[in-house]
Amino acid sequence: MTALAHVSTPAGEPAAPPTPRRGRHRLLPYLLLLPGAAWLLVFFALPLLQLAAASLYDPSGSLATGYAMTWAFGNYPAALEQYWPQLARSFGYSAIALVLALLMGYPLAYGIAQKAGRWKNLLLVAVVAPMFTSFLVRTLAWKTILSDNGWVVGLLRDVHLLGPDGRLLATPFAVILGLTYNFLPFLVLPLYASLERLDPRLLEAASDLYASPLRAFQKVTLPLSMPGVIAGTLLFFIPATGDYINAELLGTPNEYMIGNVIDSAFLVRLDYPQGAALSFLLMAAILAIVFGYLRKAGTEEVL
Amino acid sequence: MASETPAGDLRLANLTKRFGVFTAVDDLSLTIPQGSFFALLGASGCGKTTTLRMIAGLEEPTSGQVLLGDRDIAGLRPYKRPVNTVFQSYALFPHLDIHENVAFGLRRRGIRQVTDQVERMLALVQLDGYGRRKPAQLSGGQQQRVALARALINHPQVLLLDEPLGALDLKLRRQMQIELKRIQTEVGITFVHVTHDQEEAMTMADTVAVMNAGRIEQLGAPADLYEYPATAFVANFLGQSNLLAGEASGRAGDEVPVTAHGSRFAVPAARARVDHGPVFLGVRPEKLHLAADPGAVPGAHQHLGGVVTDASYVGVSTQYLVRTAWGSELSVFVANSGVGGRFALGTPVTAHWDPRHAFLLPREPGEDDQTAPLLDEPPVGVGS
Repeated sequence: MTALAHVSTPAGEPAAPPTPRRGRHRLLPYLLLLPGAAWLLVFFALPLLQLAAASLYDPSGSLATGYAMTWAFGNYPAALEQYWPQLARSFGYSAIALVLALLMGYPLAYGIAQKAGRWKNLLLVAVVAPMFTSFLVRTLAWKTILSDNGWVVGLLRDVHLLGPDGRLLATPFAVILGLTYNFLPFLVLPLYASLERLDPRLLEAASDLYASPLRAFQKVTLPLSMPGVIAGTLLFFIPATGDYINAELLGTPNEYMIGNVIDSAFLVRLDYPQGAALSFLLMAAILAIVFGYLRKAGTEEVL
Repeated sequence: MASETPAGDLRLANLTKRFGVFTAVDDLSLTIPQGSFFALLGASGCGKTTTLRMIAGLEEPTSGQVLLGDRDIAGLRPYKRPVNTVFQSYALFPHLDIHENVAFGLRRRGIRQVTDQVERMLALVQLDGYGRRKPAQLSGGQQQRVALARALINHPQVLLLDEPLGALDLKLRRQMQIELKRIQTEVGITFVHVTHDQEEAMTMADTVAVMNAGRIEQLGAPADLYEYPATAFVANFLGQSNLLAGEASGRAGDEVPVTAHGSRFAVPAARARVDHGPVFLGVRPEKLHLAADPGAVPGAHQHLGGVVTDASYVGVSTQYLVRTAWGSELSVFVANSGVGGRFALGTPVTAHWDPRHAFLLPREPGEDDQTAPLLDEPPVGVGS
């Protein structure tokens, strides 16, 4: 019996270990996901649920008296009716800023990726460097640059591009400029990444096949950089639409965006149901636009 | 468009390209007849790809002309030249399907009705039905054929091929060589094929130009280049050669006598590139025969003695190294067609050859014997 047992063990052994190991391998991805998933649950999913609940509280309540859950879906149409101009302005401003950023960012990303040679890394650092200072400080700097006593306004008045009382600060121009400036790197970096991968030999091939430089750009460079354009557009557009710092510091209440309204609902007017409802309206609008955009752009690489 | 203009020979006149101080192509002049299959053969860095890129317009010549018929096209942008290229990397457009890749050139020239032409071209390269696939879904050989179809559909006056088979494995490469030759015969377009693979150049091209250091060493039909090379470089780049350093002292009748390592040999005058001064006496390894007994050497043959130091059996032949009395090694290929045994290591043998197979090449005074080492791959004419 002992002898038999001895014989069977070594024969059975090689087959045995893989089973538990394969099991552990199957679990491993989930174990790796666990910390991030836990973080998201506690700091994103639960607050989001709380926010969703808050948007349905009885609007007649207050922080002092407490809120009652009355499933007040009417909060949504009420908020929309009161603040749709700010919501529309948010999308309008960030759309204009996006177009400006694309016009500046695409040539910039293309130049760094394809033409910069040994200056490539330095230029990339230059694109990212402003982010080493705080968003707030940079926007305040623009406030100084565009101020009525600043040299920019002085110069523009001197050459009569601005009237004697004309100003830049506290105009839609200043807010859009601030949005364009602050979110430009988010557009440039993904664009750079996709243009950097572009094989210059494809452009030689296009040129060999009767494509003028303009045609080659249109038929080869642009389509191949679309994943970067789409990723950059989303990374730019989503935070720019929800932004309130630029309108706050560079604009007036006439330029206020939906972010400013949400900010004041939560922190000034202490109207939690309205602030929550507006937050969800903004989120829903952005999601609708993003999905519509991705469906139209039709790149499976992004989704 | 391109096919309607009167075609003509492709001529390169004093073409030079310098990159800084490096001269990649040095005063190159040659004529490639219309409809021929021309191979530019050379090691990497010899200037062959630069020459091709200058014909395509992807590189601007430092000086010289690229003439197509009577027209100098050297100043034209690449997209204005009636010339198309099959790139080494294929450079297929990854975002377009095969159909659109092939149609690219036609569409850029404003041709709307492309479907028939594209399908005919895909049939020519035996890729019918692959039109809706993306390049990434095709194998290397299939991608290569798409690249070929994409260039050929434009009916260029000249088709340039830049090492188009370099990325393929040996078997596929052989298959594509035959395919390319078939297509060239079928469409009758001038093909200029750049390659470092001597066998590829020899099997496909009507005319081969061997390039070295930006210049053409020799130009001619593959068999002429192989049987009667003009320089030691060609003799060793195109196949292998045994080159013995010797001295020639002028013609004597139909022969040129040569003294090498104390022995006297003779080469027919018609096979001597030089007839006096320092020379290389050359014999191809497969034109050398081995005899165990000096008495067995045929009367007309010339011979020298040695000892077998290495023997490699490669199937169709056995490749021997024979060490001569003065220490050089000769490479000898003996076809395994007989029934006799093979020579063992250390056997004294006599290597002999028909003088009509020998050739005389110029030699720099300091240069010694040159014998190629044994190859892993069978040399030209033995393997295939």
